[in-house]
Amino acid sequence: MAEASANGTQITFLEAIKQAMFEEMERDPAVVLLGEDVGVYGGAFKTSEGLLERFGWERVIDTPISESAIIGAACGMSYLGLRPIAELQFIDFIVCAFNQITNFVAKGHYLWNAPAPMVMRGPAGGGVHGGPFHSANPEMYFVHTPGLKVIYPSTPYDAKGLLKAAVRDNNPVLFFEHKFLYRRIKGEVPTEDYTVPIGKAVVRREGRHLTIVSYAAMAHASLEAADALAKEGVEAEVIDLRTLLPLDEETILQSVKKTNKCLVVHEDTRTGGIAGEIAAILCEKAFGDLDGPVLRVTALDTPVPYSPPLEEHFLPNAKKIFSAAKDLARY
Amino acid sequence: MATDVVMPQMGESIFEGTITKWLKKPGDKVERDEPLFEISTDKVDAEIPSPSAGILREIKVNEGQTVPIQTVVAVIDGAGGAAASAPAPAPTPAPAKAAAPAPAAASAPPPAGKPSAPTAAPIAPQRPGERIHSSPLVRRMAAEHGIDLSTVPGTGAGGRISKQDIEAVIAAGGTPSAAPPSAPAAVPARPTPPPPPAASTPALPAVSGGQVHVVFETAVPREKIYFGNYQIEPMSTMRQRIAEHMVASKRVSAHVYSVDEVDMSKVAALRAKAKDEFEKRYETKLTFMPFFVKAAVAGLRAYPTMNASLDGTNVVLHKEINIGIAVALDWGLIVPVVKNADEKNVLGIQRTLNDLAERARSKKLKPEEVQEGTFSITNPGVFGGLFGLPVISQPNVGILGLGAIEKRPVVINDSIAIRSMCYVTLSYDHRVVDGAIAHQFLHVVKDTLENWSEPIV
Repeated sequence: MAEASANGTQITFLEAIKQAMFEEMERDPAVVLLGEDVGVYGGAFKTSEGLLERFGWERVIDTPISESAIIGAACGMSYLGLRPIAELQFIDFIVCAFNQITNFVAKGHYLWNAPAPMVMRGPAGGGVHGGPFHSANPEMYFVHTPGLKVIYPSTPYDAKGLLKAAVRDNNPVLFFEHKFLYRRIKGEVPTEDYTVPIGKAVVRREGRHLTIVSYAAMAHASLEAADALAKEGVEAEVIDLRTLLPLDEETILQSVKKTNKCLVVHEDTRTGGIAGEIAAILCEKAFGDLDGPVLRVTALDTPVPYSPPLEEHFLPNAKKIFSAAKDLARY
Repeated sequence: MATDVVMPQMGESIFEGTITKWLKKPGDKVERDEPLFEISTDKVDAEIPSPSAGILREIKVNEGQTVPIQTVVAVIDGAGGAAASAPAPAPTPAPAKAAAPAPAAASAPPPAGKPSAPTAAPIAPQRPGERIHSSPLVRRMAAEHGIDLSTVPGTGAGGRISKQDIEAVIAAGGTPSAAPPSAPAAVPARPTPPPPPAASTPALPAVSGGQVHVVFETAVPREKIYFGNYQIEPMSTMRQRIAEHMVASKRVSAHVYSVDEVDMSKVAALRAKAKDEFEKRYETKLTFMPFFVKAAVAGLRAYPTMNASLDGTNVVLHKEINIGIAVALDWGLIVPVVKNADEKNVLGIQRTLNDLAERARSKKLKPEEVQEGTFSITNPGVFGGLFGLPVISQPNVGILGLGAIEKRPVVINDSIAIRSMCYVTLSYDHRVVDGAIAHQFLHVVKDTLENWSEPIV
């Protein structure tokens, strides 16, 4: 992933997020952070460690345990000229604020000319034995809600650049951080200011036999599978979506035009996941380019299991992706 | 009641087979278990028996075509046995079943079986009036180039016309001709080499499909192979598969070789004494092989690591002892397996060996009979020569090579004696087996043979 800059440093995914918040709050005094334990404690995952000391209690706000209140308050703040970053301690709990988000945050601009320039962020995803309340991938509830943007990066470079872009965007943006990646992956990140455009996917690996579309932790698993596939003579092109809404259809269509086969991989459950959406788009716009069915590798349609072997069975992984891709290549 | 005849699965990692010959034609009467067609896959050229009795109504996959396992290749009409109908294609192939727990019904992961026409049975495109299976891309390309799809041979899943198939026809000038789909031609130096063999075997006019997905490396520029007079012989499917297996085995396993010498005099004497009685009573010849097999079994029982396979970083210790015995054929090499060799006596092993060898030579081996071996024995000595250094048959970790049994002078108690000696070699995979185990295994083999105590007749 060639994103290094001349004076870049290797940092973790989590560090990249912290840096983004730090730099945005430095740059713009309207940017504030609120959430459970974000101030004194520095965040459940230490994502906001040091921010309270630097910016003070008026800009780094510890809230009660009420996601509805966090989002509602952030929405109100954004109406009054602030640019809040609302943290959900675990994205699983964002659904407590579902009404606030879908009925107010997402619709305000449309209904009352009241835009909500706010970011809602937090740790999502499984594979860490977190169980059904701490492993969710609820992105599609919000991809399904017009008026929002939904981002789900997979690298430190993208995480920092996209979070900065999200803060600067005048629309409400959901920013999902895959907790499995927090400390497990490192990447080069420039020290000078930069952003990554929202709504643009990226081709992580070029190939000609099939296209694998994925995001977040599964983008890494897809690349791992692509390496294994290459050893068997199957060259997979891997696309990392980075943003789910708005979806970068163009990159996907260009790729499938070249490879003629598509496999979508996501950690989200199967039914209603974005793979269905992508399959429909390919059918509508690239039917004459398809030399095989659009297949998907996803989690099972169950809550995330707590038992480790069950969770492993529930989740997609490089081996399952490899197997599906190989079959598709042979179709 | 119609019965589907499907392409059988020949081995865990085998996903397809090529039909080499139909033994019956549509309209013929066929009995249950009567040989119906011949296939070629991996090292087996096998005869496949009919799953039921009746009349062969329709052949769906022609000779020369390669199709995925579980593809319906023919349909039989008739009062077939109740249990004879082929099982419905499983949503996931057997290898996945062995590797991972069965997926929840709600959402089967990689629907590997689905690409092969889940609803209608796959249809050879050459049949007029029937639906041609291809893909939106293929239809678009056919329309753009004015190609009639009913004339295009299909080698994709279930016999459908794939992108490669239509591209081949387009490259050959728009008509499905004998020209093989050629890879970008090698730059010819002097002398001009022939067009490089493509990933498919060079297609002869009457044969469509029959692809084998290998291209072997040459270690020198291709032009250097072609000089003076020469004749080109394309490799048969079996040969290609043997070649593939050999290089893969050498690449994957850390081959190390140990040699030992066995005094076969006692066994030779026992055999000489017993063989006439044996042949008279059991109507089958007694060779040296059952002795070696039982000695190998003793070794494997004592050192179970030799009876294993390696999966990633897991050593899979097999509980059954299934010994593959290499059999040389006029047209290649095959390794039929004596299953549960540890449960058989000399007679049982000899009978099984003779039966397997005979059926190997007459192409009557069943697919199961060349699978699930846990250890192998080969006999290079039968062609002369002191000993051989065989290649391990994957996924085993060891193979025992037998040299010729010849009389040699040896030292016993400080005197020279003439004994029937035999060199035995063990090729073993050093990823799993260390020298100590390998040598101790060989020692048990040697010990068992030199101190033979089991009754023969």
